Amino acid sequence: MKSQIILEAHDLSKVYDMGEVRVRALRSVDLKLYCGELAVLLGASGSGKSTLLNILGGLDRPTSGTLKYKDHDLSYADDEELTEYRRQSVGFVFQLYNLIPSLTARENVSLVSEIAVRPMLPEEALEMVGLGDRLDHFPAQLSGGEQQRVAIARAVAKQPEILLCDEPTGALDAQTGKLVLSVLEKVNRETETTTAIITHNVAIGGLGDRVIRMSSGEVTELEINERRVSLDEVEW
Amino acid sequence: MVVRALNRKMLRELWQLRGQLLSICLVVAAAVMTLVTLRGTYEALVRARAEYYRDYRMAHVWSALEQAPESLRGIIGEIPGVEAVETRVSSYATLDLPWLDVPGQGLFLSIPEGRQADVNDVHIREGRGVRPGRADEVVASENFFLANSVELGDTLDVVLNGVRREMLIVGSAIAPDHSYSAPPGVLYPDDERYGVFWMSREVLGPNLDAEDAFNEVALRLADGADDAAVIRDLDRILEPYGGLGAYGRPDQFSYKVLNDELTSNRTTGTAFPAVFVGVAAFLLNLVLSRLIATQRTEIGALKAVGYTDGEIGFHFLGYSLVAVGVGTILGAAGGVWTGGWMVGLYEEYFKFPSLEYRLSWTLVLIGSGVSLLAALMGGVGAVRKAVSLPPAEAMRPAPPARFKPGWIERAGLGQMLSTGGRLILRNLERRPLRALMSSVGVAFSVAILVIGMFMLDGVELMMDLQFRVGQREDLAVSFNRDLGPEARHDLERIPGVTRVEPYQNVMARIRSGHRKREVTITGLEADGQLRLIVSENRRIHPVPLEGLVLSEILAERLGVTHGDTLTVQALTGLRRTKNIPVRDVVKDLIGTSVYMNVEALRKLTLEGPRLSGAFLLTDPARVGDVNAELKRAPAVASVVSPMTMFESFESQLEDTLFIAVFFLIGFAMLISVAVIYNGTRIALSERGRELASLRVLGFSKSEIATLLFGEQAIVTVIAIPFGWVIGYGLAYLLVTGMASETYRIPLIVSTQTYLWTAIITIAAAWGSGLLVHRRLNQMDLIAVLKTRE
Repeated sequence: MKSQIILEAHDLSKVYDMGEVRVRALRSVDLKLYCGELAVLLGASGSGKSTLLNILGGLDRPTSGTLKYKDHDLSYADDEELTEYRRQSVGFVFQLYNLIPSLTARENVSLVSEIAVRPMLPEEALEMVGLGDRLDHFPAQLSGGEQQRVAIARAVAKQPEILLCDEPTGALDAQTGKLVLSVLEKVNRETETTTAIITHNVAIGGLGDRVIRMSSGEVTELEINERRVSLDEVEW
Repeated sequence: MVVRALNRKMLRELWQLRGQLLSICLVVAAAVMTLVTLRGTYEALVRARAEYYRDYRMAHVWSALEQAPESLRGIIGEIPGVEAVETRVSSYATLDLPWLDVPGQGLFLSIPEGRQADVNDVHIREGRGVRPGRADEVVASENFFLANSVELGDTLDVVLNGVRREMLIVGSAIAPDHSYSAPPGVLYPDDERYGVFWMSREVLGPNLDAEDAFNEVALRLADGADDAAVIRDLDRILEPYGGLGAYGRPDQFSYKVLNDELTSNRTTGTAFPAVFVGVAAFLLNLVLSRLIATQRTEIGALKAVGYTDGEIGFHFLGYSLVAVGVGTILGAAGGVWTGGWMVGLYEEYFKFPSLEYRLSWTLVLIGSGVSLLAALMGGVGAVRKAVSLPPAEAMRPAPPARFKPGWIERAGLGQMLSTGGRLILRNLERRPLRALMSSVGVAFSVAILVIGMFMLDGVELMMDLQFRVGQREDLAVSFNRDLGPEARHDLERIPGVTRVEPYQNVMARIRSGHRKREVTITGLEADGQLRLIVSENRRIHPVPLEGLVLSEILAERLGVTHGDTLTVQALTGLRRTKNIPVRDVVKDLIGTSVYMNVEALRKLTLEGPRLSGAFLLTDPARVGDVNAELKRAPAVASVVSPMTMFESFESQLEDTLFIAVFFLIGFAMLISVAVIYNGTRIALSERGRELASLRVLGFSKSEIATLLFGEQAIVTVIAIPFGWVIGYGLAYLLVTGMASETYRIPLIVSTQTYLWTAIITIAAAWGSGLLVHRRLNQMDLIAVLKTRE
């Protein structure tokens, strides 16, 4: 069922103190993520969507407001609790992959599967993203799309409750971008992992169950799609 | 075995960073090796000495005298605190060694027949001891034995007490009171020409007209005995028998030289390792913290996927552990080798029954412990800084650094610089502390070069003053007993001798308040030109008509200075006592000397002119004839040429000092390379993108190389004068710690030394630059631009 709330943000604000200037990256954001859904966060550069995602994923703390993951209040969680949250419950996919260059694809995934409670086999995760034949390649030997798929495998290997993707196609061409999105869509469909994808690409919106539009640090619009469009229908 | 992904990452990155880590490893190895070698050698010597003195019953108190009946032995044994008394007869004798063109000299000592000596027992190294009842048997000191390639059963022509005899060498030996031996009045060994010989008391006694009598006594004292009181009592007992002054271990020649050597060894054995371990610690801290700082985004990614701060910290500290661990193993292994070698060098000069180098695990632990601690401190700081950032921020490229024109530019000097120059300057000014720390690292390597090389300057000056400025004679002749004034004419009559300047030595006790010393006063002629008294600053001190000239170190020990009066008692002849003023104090570098005008000296002894020896100038073409003539003269005990001594001293130096300096230069270069290579490598990884962008904009390879290396060049140039100052300070501490009555190294750092230290440091920096330059040339512009910072 896609009606159970897994992550709930209320009145979240984030202010960056840059010395002489204070930047308000988030202004009083309310947001709910539902179990198993695929949500697309749309917004232009500087709209605050990455900041929001970072806070949702326990990579950063809000300046004010509350964040609840299931029954846990994460608003005032200490480092240890946030680490545990990231370690067991959240998977990340970044725009620039953030793979460890000195480890092979398989080893980059092992990095996560070794510390998770109920991990997939690294090979299984890589198979799922279509890289079963590139297990022992180093990041430098992989194309951008392949690197991003390794990053997805790394994120899903722990079998997280939530998968957060920050501009996963931002550094890729259309063709490769579609391939990566299809992998994400497949993961969401097959594993029912709550997935949030950040993008500035409006066309991607149709892929999700819901589209959340952001601008100037605020959620400006929530839109529920009647049906998720298929990738073939997406015009890049 | 499951190798965790994080460990695999470390293994691969260790390999990637091998250049940088190797340089750190080697610095740790150098630190551990210096500590293990120098301090280990010191400990080996101290241990060997303690065992030797205990097992062979080294005396605590000695006295020489004219002669006393053996019955006095019982009276001496009753002095409170005396545990054992050994009396013996001794005499210098002339050796006729066919392979030498000058006479040799031997110190003949008696050993008891049919029993071990209760004090100062000899240790037979080869052959056997002398047999009772055999009149011609002798045991030679091992140094003499080896230096002259003597074999057991060889014979030796000796003029003992005026009688020529042939002796059979039946063994070689060492003794605790002669573990270091040198001819009388000389500080360094001359083993080809001089040896100690042991003969049976029953044979040597009658030969020296001392049947049932002795002219030397040595005492062992009970624990807690009052040395000073025993010396006083012994002096009192021996006074009627021509006692030449009792003395304790601190004034015994062999003990003193060994002790001085140990003191200076302890200084170097503490100072050098301390500097090295300190520098290694500093470097580890510097390099590891910067290395970890460059891994900021990876740390962010690891945090993002759920690794804890502890796990990440432990992972990065692994680099330190590996660097220090491998460095320690290399250092300990190298230390065992160099320690063994160094102990071997000592063994040539100091004789012990067993002197062996043992690897001290305590020292290894101290060296590696300090290095590790420093590495951890550097690592922990950097890791903490990296993990304290929220992962989202850590993964973002570090915000563009805030640059602004620094004070140099604000002062208007910036206009004189090119854009590149300004880039370099702003980088330095933005991180002044980092530039300063790098400079301090290089400065330490300069300092180590200074302390290594100034010793060469000092020793060169020491030798120059001693052998070229002070000793202008071609030959110094000493007689086996004082002779009358006719001896001068005998010398002058030798064909080839062009000038004769006699001298007279008088054994005396000098006193100032409660401080006293037994010394030899050298009486020189007023117009003498061959033996000059020279101070450190090359000033020649004339011999005053009245009064004493003292070595500064002796004056300090006696607590007197120019103008004070000393009570001087001659220990021979009438044994008169006289108050004599100190007229001059000389800051000389070798030994302790007391000089007087020979006429003034005779007012103390109240004897007519007596000659202990003479300094000669010779016709260079006829030196051989002069030597041959002197060798035939029965009264001549020794003939020494300053040139020969200079050469022997120099070869001794080559053995030790040059090799030590060689090592120091190597270590110093290692430090420079470690600082500069690491600094440049890290700068390259931090600024690779910026440099690649400049390349794309059309900068040439050499232009971006200038940008990268310019910073390190400035760091190096600033470091050099700092290093000179630190080096001078360390040299001062070393000189002070090593100063002894045996020798004082002057604190003189020549211009050449300063220049050389600069040249070597710049060469090391240049070499490090070349190592990195290769990488800079291979930089893949597109790849660098594609990856984030």
